Amino acid sequence: MISIKNVSKWYGNFQVLTDCTTEVKKGDVVVVCGPSGSGKSTLIKCVNALEPFQKGDIVVDGTSIADPSTNLPKIRSRVGMVFQHFELFPHLTITRNLALAQEKVLGRSKDEAMTKGLALLERVGLKDHAHKFPGQLSGGQQQRVAIARALAMDPIVMLFDEPTSALDPEMVNEVLDVMVELAQEGMTMMCVTHEMGFARKVAHRVIFMDKGHIVEDCAKEEFFGDLNSRSERARHFLSKILQH
Amino acid sequence: MSQYQWDWLVIFENVTDTDEFYYQWLISGLGWTLLIALSAWVIALILGTIIGTARTLPNKFVAGIATAYVELFRNIPLIVQLFMWFFVLPEMVPTNIGNWMKQDMPHPGIITSIIGLGLFTAARVAEQIRTGILALPRGQKNAGLALGLTLAQTYRHVLLPMAFRVVIPPLTSEFMSIFKNSAVAYSITATELFFQMKQITGDYKPANQIEVVTIVGLIYILVAFSANRIMTFIERRVQVPGYISGGK
Repeated sequence: MISIKNVSKWYGNFQVLTDCTTEVKKGDVVVVCGPSGSGKSTLIKCVNALEPFQKGDIVVDGTSIADPSTNLPKIRSRVGMVFQHFELFPHLTITRNLALAQEKVLGRSKDEAMTKGLALLERVGLKDHAHKFPGQLSGGQQQRVAIARALAMDPIVMLFDEPTSALDPEMVNEVLDVMVELAQEGMTMMCVTHEMGFARKVAHRVIFMDKGHIVEDCAKEEFFGDLNSRSERARHFLSKILQH
Repeated sequence: MSQYQWDWLVIFENVTDTDEFYYQWLISGLGWTLLIALSAWVIALILGTIIGTARTLPNKFVAGIATAYVELFRNIPLIVQLFMWFFVLPEMVPTNIGNWMKQDMPHPGIITSIIGLGLFTAARVAEQIRTGILALPRGQKNAGLALGLTLAQTYRHVLLPMAFRVVIPPLTSEFMSIFKNSAVAYSITATELFFQMKQITGDYKPANQIEVVTIVGLIYILVAFSANRIMTFIERRVQVPGYISGGK
């Protein structure tokens, strides 16, 4: 579904990604973790070309992202993305947030988009808030709307960029619950997150990044089960975040 | 000064040697002032939005042209710009076009003022729109693009609607300024309010010039204040529930 091949990226002289290679197969749930500044958010943004990269290629469902002739809006419309800071459109009601791209990108009618949006709102438990504006919802609610907004496009894969990092602790679970449900339904997911509980529960694979390199890329059981064969850096990272 | 006989009714007197009244001249001037300012505002808003948006685009060439526009029109005094459009431009273009501008164009002072004031104010509006776009969280653009919207659709449906809301307060003072700045149009023969005041107090000299100047000042206050109220009304109407500007 997503094939990342030898991707390197520089900001000026500073290399943020070095020769990253990995694959996300259909139905896979892949968790990407690593210390801040390791390049994990940058890597996931390369997948839908929100960040350009200078070397290598990423192929999403058979379409090359690096190919200049690729219709990026078209491929992006099939890749759902959820952001750390939700990024709902503040001037639009929740239903309009859900309908906008369905109408403008997929060409669905207003009714169709509305019906689809309301069904997804119901699914994330927010149907009662349909008429509100994003600023009137809590962080956890906004993030659930953001997930619904991405799902409204019927994506073939979902990207999550630290979806719970900006949330108050008591709101983390309501968002993770939605994500777990998605994973269990078989959605292909690539998640940048530090929620190791989530990784343990639903991930198939865990990727660990450090300083722009993919240091570890292995099955969940292997990643958490056999700490001794992990790299020094990954062990150190895990010891910091798994302590409590 | 102690001898000065105040007479606020002076504007209702006959203009010397005519059957017109001074107040009629002022009303006519006010009409042209409103026409010049509002028409120039339309130009300034449309062009300013385009140029301000262009300055934020990833395309360096387009952004460079927009920046050049802003620097050019922002750094030359308005009165100099109007002189250039009115007196210099007709000499620079082919003779027949120049002659048409000088002789046959209807209301040359008014038309030139509208265009000149519009282009000048566009540079200032552009800067405000640009600031408004840059003040939005960076992720908003990514969120639009990630949904498959094109860059143009992202600007149209995501960035600009919020950017406009963010910059309504500075746009309000710009809107008020355009009425006040329109007084400069008198220098290129536009018969607007200030021109009429100069006319009344200069050539016709009624006994009570202080009152005429004061009344014109009060009319400008009334106009600018109304502009302010209109913008405040719009600001309230488009307020986003739950959104605190600058809160992110």
